Amino acid sequence: MLALRSIAAPAQRQFCRAAPRAAVTLSFQNSRRYSDQVAKFTGTKDSNGNYTVSLIEGDGIGPEIAVAVKDIFAAAKTPITWEPINVDPILKDGKTAIPDAAIESIKRNKIALKGPLATPIGKGHVSLNLTLRRTFNLFANLRPCRSVAGYKTPYDNVDTVLIRENTEGEYSGIEHVVVDGVVQSIKLITREASERVLRYAFQHAQSIGRKKVRVVHKATIMKMSDGLFLSVARNLAKEFPDIEFDAELLDNTCLKMTTDPLPYNDKVLVMPNLYGDILSDMCAGLIGGLGLTPSGNIGDECSIFEAVHGSAPDIAGKGLANPTALLLSSMMMLRHMGLGDYADRIEKAAFATLAEGKVLTGDLGGKSSTSQFTSAIIEKL
Amino acid sequence: MLSRNTRVASRLLRAAAQPANRINGARTFASVSDPAQTLQSDIFKPTKYGGKYTVTLIPGDGIGAEVAESVKTIFKADNVPITWEQIDVTGLDDATATIRTEDTFAEAVASLRRNKLGLKGILHTPISRSGHSSFNVALRQELDIYASISLVKNIPGLQTRHKDVDLCIIRENTEGEYSGLEHQSVPGVVESLKIITRAKSERIAKFAFSFALANNRKKVTCIHKANIMKLADGLFRGTFNRLAKDFPQLEANDMIVDNASMQCVSRPQQFDVMVMPNLYGGILSNIAAALVGGPGVVPGCNMGRDVAVFEPGCRHVGLDIKGKDQANPTALLLSGTMLLRHLGLDEHANRISNAVYDVIAQGKVRTPDMGGNSTNHEFTRAILDSMEKAL
Repeated sequence: MLALRSIAAPAQRQFCRAAPRAAVTLSFQNSRRYSDQVAKFTGTKDSNGNYTVSLIEGDGIGPEIAVAVKDIFAAAKTPITWEPINVDPILKDGKTAIPDAAIESIKRNKIALKGPLATPIGKGHVSLNLTLRRTFNLFANLRPCRSVAGYKTPYDNVDTVLIRENTEGEYSGIEHVVVDGVVQSIKLITREASERVLRYAFQHAQSIGRKKVRVVHKATIMKMSDGLFLSVARNLAKEFPDIEFDAELLDNTCLKMTTDPLPYNDKVLVMPNLYGDILSDMCAGLIGGLGLTPSGNIGDECSIFEAVHGSAPDIAGKGLANPTALLLSSMMMLRHMGLGDYADRIEKAAFATLAEGKVLTGDLGGKSSTSQFTSAIIEKL
Repeated sequence: MLSRNTRVASRLLRAAAQPANRINGARTFASVSDPAQTLQSDIFKPTKYGGKYTVTLIPGDGIGAEVAESVKTIFKADNVPITWEQIDVTGLDDATATIRTEDTFAEAVASLRRNKLGLKGILHTPISRSGHSSFNVALRQELDIYASISLVKNIPGLQTRHKDVDLCIIRENTEGEYSGLEHQSVPGVVESLKIITRAKSERIAKFAFSFALANNRKKVTCIHKANIMKLADGLFRGTFNRLAKDFPQLEANDMIVDNASMQCVSRPQQFDVMVMPNLYGGILSNIAAALVGGPGVVPGCNMGRDVAVFEPGCRHVGLDIKGKDQANPTALLLSGTMLLRHLGLDEHANRISNAVYDVIAQGKVRTPDMGGNSTNHEFTRAILDSMEKAL
């Protein structure tokens, strides 16, 4: 299975094209495999009844906000044991890689929580985020955005859910210089990867109780690539008769969401890589930025939940960081693990603290420290 | 209109354009609103026949016919010296058999080549693979109208969620993701090519800087995704940065497209002129248009070496409100006034745009998209009344 899956990794596309027959058979096998739940959590409890979660604290403010999450989880008596791992990049055969111990840990636990990582600049490293996605084939990026009462933006009551294809599309990494001054960059859309992420989108809609799935595309211009994504979605929609399916042109989505995001509160949006990247950050902008938005990278083998904001080296170590994004990501993680009850309780306490507005960190206009904010949430528990 | 500042800016522009001339095709097509610039260059100066300019009018699909009608009415009322050469191109599949779509499209291209100037609504593009490719894109590629400009600014009196937005999106119109090159390697595996060339990146970057100078703007931001598309967007950004050195009067910076869209909805006031490849332009012009009231109020134009086509800056067909007399003609009207300024007909332009702004500011007569309940006809009537009063 592992060998088959690695074909889907962008780095190995060349092989895929060289051996078209193999690729075709592959897609058949895979489509059979996905007849049931995509990306189901398969971790197991240890003898104490706890799940072990790999924890990548990250750089900069990472360790501080990780402490906050750990404290809150302990106070809520969440059945989680943390296994801290180090993902400082190493160069393996000239390629950026993460240490074997970290890979083993995540593969064993099947789940990880990750703080912000600073990508070393100018050392020939591919971004670590990309490396993690490729290593574990995390094919879907799940980005919910919900307005935080207590933090005023021009938009109220936003509650969007966006799923982005994470492995191909415009970010295939296949580019070349044709002649000097002419560059071709290839956007790759495959039936296999499209179906995988779309199936996940439909199933995710069911699991969070939303009745509508909407594909965002630009098939007017990219008739074949986005057209393929769209036609896979149309076919797949027949398997989910309880979910209302429709499609919208990227331009319209941008326009309507920025005008009024409320009509999107009952939908799950799913789209190819680049559009998802741009729109998910735009949604984050609607509610006040990346400091308040959680994110999950979903794969078959394992899933990694993360804070997508930067590592903020300027305030690192000063106890000023806002742990909300990582905390909300860990709520997504708990729900993915089937521990929704704990997530609900913690989330309620966190949102109540934010809404009250008495104890807020500096980025939200308050004066409190990370630990004061954490204690306020723990009190509410 | 011709304030001292713009004079200075255009002089600066000419000075600044000197060193850039070594690059082929170096012409300064900068000014949209500066008549001094257009008067000098014969390139955009279509011939007058009988004291009138001939301008190609392509109303477009959806609401196109309705809003084009109000433009024609208002321009006529002001005795604007323009004769319209109307060509009803349509991108709709259900067009009657009597209209041969490809033929009218060719006719439109020929007309624009002849007149050098056009006013255009938006044409519908079908999604189906068997359908034709976008006429909007084909037109731009055919005539090489490479720079699309959308002027996004709050209209006084029209309340939106964001205040003090005043930005300008300049978008490369002829390559990038819209190259139209696609193929299926094996069943279920499709590749779409995004093409970025140095020549076209240079051309659009130079246009953006010249435009900023001529219109007295301070900052140009390059939008890209060079952290992922290191070669393609890297070339675009690299070219932009290189050209920025020729324009030391202007502040130049760059931003990654996902961050830019986030900043756009949270702090749009930070942007001035933005320049970007094709697809990002489509995304950001829609986000930005929504900040100030939607596609009904954002004017724009497309410029090339020989031809300039003025069309709404946020391209929506509006099939859903077609024929309901609800369309907002503001975007096409303001695009039309940009065309007038382009011709040096500033007095007409000012009279018309003042009347439009006046009616919107008073707030009594507004189309539904601006929060009113008046029809397109009533709105047009109000503009005419306002123009009459101003006389």
